[in-house]
Amino acid sequence: MSQYDPDHGDGGAGRQDGPNRRKILECMTWAGTGVLWTIAGGVPRGMGIMGEAMAAEPAGLTFLQISDSHMGFDKPANPNVNGTLEEAIGKIKALPVKPAFMIHTGDITHLSKPAEFDDAERIISQARLDVHYVPGEHDIIDEEVKLYRERYGRNAKGSGWYSFDANGVHFVGLVNVANLKAGGQGSLGAEQLAWLADDLKGRTASTPVVVFAHIPLWAVYPTWGWGTEDSAQALDQLKRFGSVTVLNGHIHQVMQKVEGGVTFHTACSTAFPQPAPGSAPSPGPMKVADDKLRTLLGISDVTFKPGQQRLAIVDQQLKS
Amino acid sequence: MTRTIARGVLAATFAAAIFLAAAPLPARAAETEVKIDNFTFSPERLTVKAGTTVTWINEDDIPHTVASSTKAFKSKALDTDDKYAFTFTTPGVYQYFCSLHPHMTGTIVVEAVTGELAPH
Repeated sequence: MSQYDPDHGDGGAGRQDGPNRRKILECMTWAGTGVLWTIAGGVPRGMGIMGEAMAAEPAGLTFLQISDSHMGFDKPANPNVNGTLEEAIGKIKALPVKPAFMIHTGDITHLSKPAEFDDAERIISQARLDVHYVPGEHDIIDEEVKLYRERYGRNAKGSGWYSFDANGVHFVGLVNVANLKAGGQGSLGAEQLAWLADDLKGRTASTPVVVFAHIPLWAVYPTWGWGTEDSAQALDQLKRFGSVTVLNGHIHQVMQKVEGGVTFHTACSTAFPQPAPGSAPSPGPMKVADDKLRTLLGISDVTFKPGQQRLAIVDQQLKS
Repeated sequence: MTRTIARGVLAATFAAAIFLAAAPLPARAAETEVKIDNFTFSPERLTVKAGTTVTWINEDDIPHTVASSTKAFKSKALDTDDKYAFTFTTPGVYQYFCSLHPHMTGTIVVEAVTGELAPH
């Protein structure tokens, strides 16, 4: 079992290379809550902390991202994932600016069981917001991959990809957890990439685009499978757009990267934290002291403000 | 090939013992285990004789699967402490992975009972 104490050593992996550890831990201190995204005129903007974002009084489109609820998980890293999801929804209901809708970047459930989907629905619906889902690998492990599709994928293509528009922003939900190949990472596949090309065709380069998928669409840490092997082909298609925001989950911690016109951001889980890349023997659930858990779980609030260049993203922990 | 699910392994073993006692089966109905922990199959490469039943046991805090790269066998999602067993009757090299975490890979090498590795 992987148990990792962020205060003591590197969990035995002994790795000193790779991503800067201090930087990652800094990120993790504000991980675990939520990301408030403000789309301002084209480019997403991370606003740091919730107070800052509120002070900026974002006007325009505000939406919310939650991720990795893992309903049904009951291991020591968090024996009460229903409780922490309820707390996350409580945070959302208490936001001073009501988001227009929510996106969920996958791993709604832990084992794709009907009761787990039911629990997720019962709790998440209390936010009284439309929710746009993409599946995580944990949501499609029932024998016939039926449950996710019936509940969330009815109007989607292929294994569950789709797009929609809101306030002049084009949103694209992608699936990179299906039909994975031995030795590989996340994968979009040729059919979905062709659909994406078609979906983006004819849209003006000034259209802000928000892409969301479960596994990061950039190489966070391939050794742990934290990346998508054909994401470069998707990003190529997005190159011509002035503002692209990529929102992911899967790694249960906040990470951000800006590359050209593309801002990448991963959200916290509402269920349990995972170790920083390479800092533990494996990416398994990270057991932290009980009073620390809620500082590593959370939601993300995002605001788009017309006429400005960036989205504002605010990650809010369940407990600061 | 015989495909058994963890819970059925014992029953299947007894049934085989009763009904096939007189059949010319390999004398040793060998069994061995592969542990899954820290997102790793251990041992990662295992060599067995044809007829051996390999049982995978998930000791991780996260579900995993055991999926043959050529679809020769595939488990359901194994939660913590769940098991999956498969009996390898045909010599060859069987590569497999976790379909949830595909960077996890393993190999079972099945040798003919004579000890020769049959062409695959």
